[in-house]
Amino acid sequence: MAAPTIEAAGVGKRFLLHHKRATSLKERLLLHRQSSSEAFWALRDVDLEIGAGQTVGLIGPNGSGKSTLLKVLSGILAPTTGTVTVRGRIASLLELGAGFNGELTGRENVYLNAAILGLTRRETQRYFDDIVTFAELEPFIDNQVKHYSSGQYVRLGFAVAVHVSPDVLLVDEVLAVGDESFQRKCLNKIAEFQQRGCTILFVTHALDLIPRICSRGVVLDHGRVLHDGDPVEAAERLRSLLGTGADQAGRADVGPDRPRLAARRLFDPATGLHKGHFRGGEAMAVDVDLAGPAGAPAAVRLAVTGPADVPLWVMDSDPLALGPDGIATVRFTVKELPQIKGIYAFAMAVRDPAAGVTYDARRIGEAFLAVGDTASGIVDVEWSAEQVETPGEEERDRAAGDRGRSQL
Amino acid sequence: MAQVQQAADARAAAQSRVRLELLAELVRKDLKVKYKNSALGFVWSMANPLLYLAVFTLVFTFFLPNGVPRFAVLFMAGFLVWSFFNSATLDATGAVVGNANLVRKVRFPRVVLPLASVGFAGVHFALQLLVFFAFLVPFYPDAFGPQLWLLVPALAVAVTFTVAMSLLASALNVRYRDVQHLLEIVMLAWFWLTPIVYPVTVVRARLAEEGLLWLFRLYMANPMTAVVVASQRAIYNHPVVTVDGAAREVLPAGGYGFYLQWLGVAAVVSVALLLIGRWTFRRLQADFAEEL
Repeated sequence: MAAPTIEAAGVGKRFLLHHKRATSLKERLLLHRQSSSEAFWALRDVDLEIGAGQTVGLIGPNGSGKSTLLKVLSGILAPTTGTVTVRGRIASLLELGAGFNGELTGRENVYLNAAILGLTRRETQRYFDDIVTFAELEPFIDNQVKHYSSGQYVRLGFAVAVHVSPDVLLVDEVLAVGDESFQRKCLNKIAEFQQRGCTILFVTHALDLIPRICSRGVVLDHGRVLHDGDPVEAAERLRSLLGTGADQAGRADVGPDRPRLAARRLFDPATGLHKGHFRGGEAMAVDVDLAGPAGAPAAVRLAVTGPADVPLWVMDSDPLALGPDGIATVRFTVKELPQIKGIYAFAMAVRDPAAGVTYDARRIGEAFLAVGDTASGIVDVEWSAEQVETPGEEERDRAAGDRGRSQL
Repeated sequence: MAQVQQAADARAAAQSRVRLELLAELVRKDLKVKYKNSALGFVWSMANPLLYLAVFTLVFTFFLPNGVPRFAVLFMAGFLVWSFFNSATLDATGAVVGNANLVRKVRFPRVVLPLASVGFAGVHFALQLLVFFAFLVPFYPDAFGPQLWLLVPALAVAVTFTVAMSLLASALNVRYRDVQHLLEIVMLAWFWLTPIVYPVTVVRARLAEEGLLWLFRLYMANPMTAVVVASQRAIYNHPVVTVDGAAREVLPAGGYGFYLQWLGVAAVVSVALLLIGRWTFRRLQADFAEEL
């Protein structure tokens, strides 16, 4: 097997947090003995092997060491422990347009930035028109960059960086900038890199992107690798790590005199046991507990959202009244889950059945995970692929009929 | 094995080519940024040496005559190379710190940052030298003789020493920001300890009078003194002048042995410092992104 493109073995990175930082000789001399610094491990024992052509999503809570890892892999920071080997030309997009000089024109900055990223002047000349077209900056390329909008600035930075034609692309949360059409363009560019066999490691907070683009997801927490494998699971792992961070509570109207959502339980209706992973076609049951004043009327609504935030179905309970002890439980049973894999979310609400006023609502970002037989794609369909004889011209025309034939 | 070696050589060659191109691009950027929106552009790079020339000529031929004929030529011969060293080193000191954003975010050979400062000062030096020579053609044609060749080793040593100082200062300044301030003062003292506004023979004569001639060796061991004196000898072609009927030695006369010998010492010091500078830079650069 070929050697992995990115290889990190036992990588640790320690930062010294100086409470009193000696930034001058005088301080260095005076503080020599009593300097108070605290070691902080931004990365700890990180082992990572990424093979050629893989696209890996790197996720984790803020401060978990994602950016530090990218910097270590790209050679900007030296690891405190362990070794890092990266084979091939690296382009690290840690900040778009880093190194742009506002006084210079877009054109001059393209040459400067490309040189910093390792292109020769001749190579830059060859790509120049592509870069400008990609950045959609033709009319402004001879203006000073200080007059650019932030969007234009970032577009130019991205355009230069992706034309370096890297073997390894390290991207840090840069896709969050720019408008939607530019983001789409960036994603297309990434897909193009994937086809070309480029190894990509990127940090993102857009968790729904992970299963869409990546073949693998790595979750970092407190500088350690928490999960390395299936991207859907990685996203779910992080969502549960963020805990209630993903559960958006909308309980503005909650008061002691009104019914509220108290608890929920997810289980297999056949066994009655708690379950977090389901397969398509399986049955699922959810109990929702309500609490509030005895005898208060209520109705529960449970909306189920599938992967990529697609609303799938909504379940409404009949009106009910809380028991004399002020509690009630509603059971929703789903006979057959759809064959769509991924992370499902719940949006629950308890309402006044007559007036339709919402008393309490909650969103559970990672309610459960639906898994399937294959690792890729969100649905399992039956399919086959085989090589067939290429049909003759006439035959093809007949088959295509007047719908025409699309040239690839 | 041979093929692997070849591939490695090719990669190393490609890499140093990319570095050179990056260096050229950075120097070009500095020049462009400096003279953007400036009508006179490069003419301004002449302003500083011309001002010094005016002031020192006024002082040392009128207020405090030092008896050196055509003092302006002697002064400029030493001052231009000094100001190359001075501005390159001071500029390089802040080169890494000044590009903090780039250093923190992009991977590229950091060594090009101080080198670009040297390149930038070098471009100015070359232009100033060109103007100076244009001035010498009509006003001091004696400069154009075989002694002018002394300029070649003198400049080679000057560049080596400047690069060495730049590497050292730029790397140390990342950790100790004092280096910048310290160096500004040191450079001022260094300027007066180098025979630029006074002839080196005056120092030798004074030390001899005091019976401290051995100190003269120490004085000459300063690489910039060797460079400046050799540059002066290369251009100021009157080591011995006749003032009021008496012969006076402005620059050490009697062959070029004196100059070559001290340039040799300076070359050894410069190369040693270059090795130290390179070692220091390499050792510290891993932490640049963190320290900034």
